[in-house]
Amino acid sequence: MSQLRHLLSAGDLDRASAIAILDTAEEMSSVNHRDIKKLPTLRGKTIVNLFFEDSTRTRISFELAEKRLSADVINFSAKGSSVSKGESLKDTAQTLEAMGADAVVIRHWASGAANVLAHSGWINGSIINAGDGTHEHPTQALLDAFTMRKRIYGDDSKGRDLVGQKVMIVGDVLHSRVARSNVKLLATLGAEVHLVAPPTLLPVKLETWGVSVHFDLDTALRQVQPDSVMMLRVQAERMNAAFFPSEREYSRLWGFNSERLAMLKPHALLMHPGPMNRGLEITASAADSPNSTILEQVANGVSVRMAVLFHLLSGDKESK
Amino acid sequence: MTVLLLKSAQLADGSLFDIEITDQVITAMAPNLSASELTQQIDCSGLIVLPGFVDLHTHLREPGFEQSETVLTASRSAAAGGFTAVHAMANTSPVADTAGVVEQVQALGLAAGFVDVVPIGAVTVGLEGLRLAEIGAMANSKAKVRVFSDDGKCVFDPVLMRHALEYVKAFDGVVAQHAQEPRLTEGAQMHEGEVSANLGLTGWPAVAEEAIIARDVLLAEHVGSRLHICHLSTAGSVEIIRWAKARGVQVTAEVTPHHLLLTDELARTYDPVFKVNPPLRTQADVLALREALIDGTIDIIATDHAPHPTESKDCEWASAAFGMIGLETAASVAIDVLIKSEKSNWQRLTEVLSVNPAKIGRLTEQGQSIRVGSVANLVAIDPNASTVVGQTQSKSENNPFKGLELPGKVVHTIYRGYATLLNGKVAEAGRI
Repeated sequence: MSQLRHLLSAGDLDRASAIAILDTAEEMSSVNHRDIKKLPTLRGKTIVNLFFEDSTRTRISFELAEKRLSADVINFSAKGSSVSKGESLKDTAQTLEAMGADAVVIRHWASGAANVLAHSGWINGSIINAGDGTHEHPTQALLDAFTMRKRIYGDDSKGRDLVGQKVMIVGDVLHSRVARSNVKLLATLGAEVHLVAPPTLLPVKLETWGVSVHFDLDTALRQVQPDSVMMLRVQAERMNAAFFPSEREYSRLWGFNSERLAMLKPHALLMHPGPMNRGLEITASAADSPNSTILEQVANGVSVRMAVLFHLLSGDKESK
Repeated sequence: MTVLLLKSAQLADGSLFDIEITDQVITAMAPNLSASELTQQIDCSGLIVLPGFVDLHTHLREPGFEQSETVLTASRSAAAGGFTAVHAMANTSPVADTAGVVEQVQALGLAAGFVDVVPIGAVTVGLEGLRLAEIGAMANSKAKVRVFSDDGKCVFDPVLMRHALEYVKAFDGVVAQHAQEPRLTEGAQMHEGEVSANLGLTGWPAVAEEAIIARDVLLAEHVGSRLHICHLSTAGSVEIIRWAKARGVQVTAEVTPHHLLLTDELARTYDPVFKVNPPLRTQADVLALREALIDGTIDIIATDHAPHPTESKDCEWASAAFGMIGLETAASVAIDVLIKSEKSNWQRLTEVLSVNPAKIGRLTEQGQSIRVGSVANLVAIDPNASTVVGQTQSKSENNPFKGLELPGKVVHTIYRGYATLLNGKVAEAGRI
């Protein structure tokens, strides 16, 4: 596979690099089941987790991945003030550069912030996008693909893509970085993607995305018979902005409940990137069902992030 | 008394003249004029000489935002671009909503001495869209304001817009509308389309511009007033203007150089130098705007020159300011659209960059045809040269054209008989 410098978008990965990362994550996953869950791979490397937006889950997942690879880890929580948001990204980046960061894992409220950091010249290290605004969250897509592959192929996962898999993504696609990254990576891995959402929560010009779009979840479930259903979180701020009439109606039409669970194929996966709004986009009975992969996704997140760090940082040194 | 002699000037119609200028006025034109010893000769062979350009839409940033631009630096930039008059939008600090501020801006322009600086008055107090500014006081001031605009913000309240259109009739004024439905563009970052969907940036839909233009041409028809639409950016807006003109509505429309050349694809870099309001649109929109400029649906090119300091653009897209500079590249973009395309001619270029904007702004000493007795506002262009966009006279560098090779080159600019640009070099000092 080609040497990656940054991971900004799931679109940065071709089939070979995506599968290489997923295969490495298999190795990392076995480390995570040992008594001593640590590899010396990134000893002496400094990784900064730069979070401009609260996200405890993603941050601790990256932090654990970094520590298991023996990197020196710094957490930098920089919630930008509204007055000088722009300056703070540049100033912070230059500060980290001066301190010699080898990689920066960035979570930012602004779409494209990771791209700006990677191409601004403010910093030389590798940039890993841990979620930028409503743009992308590529490691989430990787861990979702890893989870699907693992459930389907078990110990025989290595080298596999997702050809023949039907994946249905349900909910607020418009504002979802998880959906954008998943649509790209699933296409790269050969899966067939279906989006189901109220029309208010779909972006315009979807015809160029290479996906099927449905408004009615029940009809879609019946017709498509998906192998995996990925529920998206409904952000609290959407509820008061006239995207849909009420939480009750949303839940009734696009929420996942036990009736819809019964419509799935027996071994179909029910996924959610977390954190869930139980009772809104997913009911407790569905979330806690055997089909649910929600906790596996969390565990796999660490392995996949270890694999990404490994591929970006342990390769040839000439780019430094 | 100073005498200039422009030798071998080719006019828009292809005719060749020597042009003698005494003080501010063209005093003789003939195929071959002889010079006295006191005459300064300016070689114009191989150059096209046109009436000096008039920009109906610039942001000069003074008073209030001098870190971005001053009237002097913008005036020098204008001279370098072939302009002899620029209209200064009202969104300064304080806002140009009183006679005092518009007279101050005009005085700064006179002191700089590179172009006529023509203040635009705010339509509403503080650009807040709540009550009419003192339009009459500004119209009757020394600045003789004729163009009124809340540019940067839309005059959204339909009653206020109706009254503004009616009221300016008393002063032969025009309302220049920044057409942007505010609710449809809350948090908007770029054109809503395929690219915004991909980049996860909040969309600025074409309908938000078109809905306001449709409303306002109907209002202008209803009350019989003059309406000018700033920076048309969509194919749909072109259709509405075409329809309105066919109905006889007194509406004029402008397009910026950047909307004639650049598209939303550039946002894929997340480089905020391409962030502008209204946003860069699609290639189909660009083509519709170019056709409309050629066929007369769009009346003028105006730059919407909007300087911003480095820190306003050196950041993530959502935090960056909207706007781009454009005074020094406007002529080249016009040449690209009208001349290099072989779809139009120099007469049309003269109309869209000089004659029509002067008419809309009711400027009598600008946009005049080149003949004896006219005020000597002239620009000389080398049509065969090309320019790689680089350094600028502006104080700001938010230039989306940087690095592009554009056709044509402004060689001389004569402002009221004074060479503000000579052989591509801006004069040290302005006209006294």
